[in-house]
Amino acid sequence: MIAGYNTISMGTGRKEFHPKKPRPDLEDYIREAGQAVLSQIGGADKVDESVFGNFIASRFNNQGNLPGFAPFIDERLRYKPSVRVEGACATGSLALVTGIRSILAGTSEVTLVLGVEVQNSVKAVYGADILAAAGWAKERKSGHAYFFPGKFSDRSKAYAEKFGTEKTRSAMARWYANAIENARLCPTAQEYHNTTQDLIACGIDKPNPKGFVDSLNYYDCSKVSDGASAIAVVSEEGLKKCGIDKKDAIEVIGFGQAQDDITRPPADPTKLSTTQVAVQNALKASGITKEQVGTVECHDCFTIAGIMAVEAIGLAQHGKGIDFVSQGHTSRNGSVPFNTTGGLIGWGHPTGATGVHQAVTIWEQLTGKAIDAQIDIKDDKPYGLTINMGGDDISVVSVVYKKAN
Amino acid sequence: MEYTEKLQNVSVLGAAGKMGSGILLLTAVEMADLSLKPENKGKHFVLHAMDVSGEALQGLMKYIKTQVQKMAEKKIVALRNLYAHRADLVTNEQVINQYTEDVLLIIRPTQILESTYDSQVIFEAVKEDPDLKVLIFKHINENSRTTPWFCTNTSSIPINLIDEKAGLNGRVLGVHFYNPPAVQKLVEIIKTENTQPELTDFAHTFAKNLRKVIVPSADFAGFIGNGHFMRDALHGIREAESLAQKYSFTEAVYMINKVSHDYLIRPMGIFQLIDYVGIDVCSYIMSVMNPYLEQEELHSSLLEALLADGVRGGQNPDGSQKDGFLKYEKGKPVGVYNTRTKTYQDISEIKDRCDTELGSPPLSVKPWKAVVSDSNKDQFLKAYFKEMKTVNTLGSELALKYVRQSRETGLKLVSDKVAFSREDVNTVLRTGFFHAYGPINEYI
Repeated sequence: MIAGYNTISMGTGRKEFHPKKPRPDLEDYIREAGQAVLSQIGGADKVDESVFGNFIASRFNNQGNLPGFAPFIDERLRYKPSVRVEGACATGSLALVTGIRSILAGTSEVTLVLGVEVQNSVKAVYGADILAAAGWAKERKSGHAYFFPGKFSDRSKAYAEKFGTEKTRSAMARWYANAIENARLCPTAQEYHNTTQDLIACGIDKPNPKGFVDSLNYYDCSKVSDGASAIAVVSEEGLKKCGIDKKDAIEVIGFGQAQDDITRPPADPTKLSTTQVAVQNALKASGITKEQVGTVECHDCFTIAGIMAVEAIGLAQHGKGIDFVSQGHTSRNGSVPFNTTGGLIGWGHPTGATGVHQAVTIWEQLTGKAIDAQIDIKDDKPYGLTINMGGDDISVVSVVYKKAN
Repeated sequence: MEYTEKLQNVSVLGAAGKMGSGILLLTAVEMADLSLKPENKGKHFVLHAMDVSGEALQGLMKYIKTQVQKMAEKKIVALRNLYAHRADLVTNEQVINQYTEDVLLIIRPTQILESTYDSQVIFEAVKEDPDLKVLIFKHINENSRTTPWFCTNTSSIPINLIDEKAGLNGRVLGVHFYNPPAVQKLVEIIKTENTQPELTDFAHTFAKNLRKVIVPSADFAGFIGNGHFMRDALHGIREAESLAQKYSFTEAVYMINKVSHDYLIRPMGIFQLIDYVGIDVCSYIMSVMNPYLEQEELHSSLLEALLADGVRGGQNPDGSQKDGFLKYEKGKPVGVYNTRTKTYQDISEIKDRCDTELGSPPLSVKPWKAVVSDSNKDQFLKAYFKEMKTVNTLGSELALKYVRQSRETGLKLVSDKVAFSREDVNTVLRTGFFHAYGPINEYI
C-alpha cells in the first residue's frame, strides 16, 4: 500500500467546528482524499479501479450510489470499475480487503481505496438511530436510546463486575488519556486542539445513566466525525507503474476476516470473540506471532473495546487487559503502542473511513512519515496490526503490515 | 383535590407573551408527562392557551413545537422508557415526534375567555396592570363552572390586593417565573394570609416538578426580585445623572453600564438590563410598587423622559433586543441614547475617553462567564474585591459604591420582612438574575 491520506476528522473538539455553520460535505471529503492519493501516485491514469467504503450516507446525507463519485474525484476515472462496500464500522477495512483481493486475483494493479463518512448532518440523538443499523434492526426497540453506547455499556458493566469496578474504570480513564495525548500530536485528529490538563480526571468521571448510559461516560466514547481516508492498494507491478520507491510502501503480510451472526447476542460479553478469531487468522496467515507486532491500530469505539482488543490479541490474559493498559504498555512509550494518532476516541471515527485511516496510520508509522506522532519501530517488532470491528463484534477485519523491502 | 386532577384542565392567560409562552411550555410538558403515566391512562388533559392576539397564538404554537422537540431530544432516555409499550415507536426520532405530538395535542389555542371556565387552575401572565388582572380574575371567577385556583405571574402587585378586589377568597397565589421561564431556574412563590394551603402545596409540587428553585417571598409590592432590581436600577440611574454633571449624558450612561457589568462581574450592565426588561415595564413596576413604600420614592423622571421619546427597550417578537438606553446590533450595545439630540451616539466615539477616565479594572478581573462556572469563585471574589479597594480609580470607586448599595438593598428586604432570610435574597439574585454572587456578602 502506498500514498495514504487522511482529511481532518471534523466534529466537536475541532476549533473550526460549529454545528450551525456550513462545513465540507460528503463530496468535498471524497474529492480531497481521492485527489491527494492520485497526486502522490502520478495521476488517475495509473488507477485500474476504485473501492469506496461508506457505511450509511444513504441516511446521513441522502446519498447512495457512491461509486458514481470516482469520476468526480478525477474525470480520468470515468468508465473504470468502481464499487462500494459496507459492513458498518468495519466498512473501511472491508474496502481494503476488497481492494487486496482484486490485486491478488490479478484483476487490478492499482486500486484506489477510499473510506468516507459525514455524520454531523444530524444531531447525535438522531445519529444514534442511524448508527443503530449496525446492530440487528429487530433489537432497536429494546435497545438504548444511544444504541451502541448502550451495548458497550453492558459489556463494560459485565467486565467490571467480573474483574473489579475501580480497576476497570481507571484503565478506561488511562485509555482515554493515551488517546488524547496521541491525538495532540496529529494535526488532522479531532482532539488535536484538546488542552485539558487532567485527562485522567475526565476519564474517571462518573457515568450518568439518566442522560446517557449506565457504565460509560462521554469520554469513553469515540467521536461523531466527518472525514475521509484514502490509500492506494497496488501489486509489485502497480508499484513500479506509480514510480514509487519501496521504502515509501508497506506490504500486506496477511489478513483475517471473521463474521458473526448479527441476530445473536455475545456469548460472553466480557470478550470480543470474533475479534479474537480475526486477529488469530491474520497472525496465522502472516506467519508471525503477536510478540513481533510493534504497533496496533485497534477499534476503540469505546475505551472498554480497546481494553478487550488487547485481550483478543492475546497481549494480556482475559481480565488482565486492564492491568496491561494501566501499566502503560499500550501508551506511545509502552511495549506495544496502540492507536498512535488517537484512535477512534482521539483521532475520530468517521465510520466508513476508520479502517482506511488505520491503514494510513500504519503506513505513516512504518515508513517514517508520522512526523510528531512518529514512534520508534524496532527491528525485532517490525509489524503493524489493525483491527476494525463492525457492530458489536459482528464483522471484523484484522490486517498485518510490514514496511516493504 | 389531587395534584393530577387539578392539572387536567388548566388555562394560561397571555399565553403568547414573553412570560406566558414559557409558562405554557413548561405546563404543557408537565401535563403531558402526567398523562403518559400508566396510572393516568384514560384521563383527559386540556391546556387552554388564551391570548387576545390570534397572530401571536400562531407564532406561539411554532415556538412550543420547536421547544418541546428540543426538550424531548434531551430527555430521550426517559422518553424511550415512557413509550416502551408502544411497539410502533422504534427509533429515537419516532419517540421524539410522538412526544411532541402528545404535548401539542394537550394545548388549545384560544382567543375566547369562555374557554377558561372549566379550568381548575389559571396561570396568568397578562400585562402588569392591577386593574386588568383583577378584571379578568373576577370575570373568570364569576363565570367559572369550577372553583379555580389563580396563579399570577405578577412581579410587583401585592397578591392580597388582587385577592380582595377580585373576590377570590384565598384562591390566589403569586407564582413568579423569571424571564425566560423555560431557562431561568427561579420561581418566587408569594402567598397571602388568606391563600389556601392546598394551593400553596400545589404550586410547590408544580415548581419542583418543573425543576425550579423555589424562593418564598412575603406579599409586599415588588417581592424580592423587583424589590432589589428596581432599587439597583435607580441607583444606576442616579449615579449616571450625577456623573452627567461632569461628563456628557451618553458618557455617563456608558460608564455606569460598564462599571455595573465588568467591574461588578455581572452578566450585563444595569442599563442593558433595564432595556432587556423594558423601560416601560420598569417604569410601570416602579409606579405599582411606589404607593406601598414609606419614606422612599421609587420613581425616575429619566425613564419617563425616554418613554416620552418613544424609547422603550424590550424585545422584538423574534426575541432580539429593541433599542433603549443603548442601541443594539446582534444583541451587543453599540450606541447610547442622547436625551438632548434624541439620537444614538456610537459607543466607539466615547469608549476610549470613558475607559481612560474609569481607569483599569482590578488586574485580577475575570469575565462573568468564567467566574460563574468557577468552583472556587468565593475565594476569587474575596481577593478581587480586596484588590478593588486598593485600586484608586474612578471605576473602582463607582463599583464599590454600587456593591455597597446593592448589599444595603438586600439587607433592607430582609429587615422589611419582604425576604425571609439573607440567603433567599442571594438565591433570587443568583438564580433569577444570574449574578455570580449574592448582594449580601462580606466581600467589601
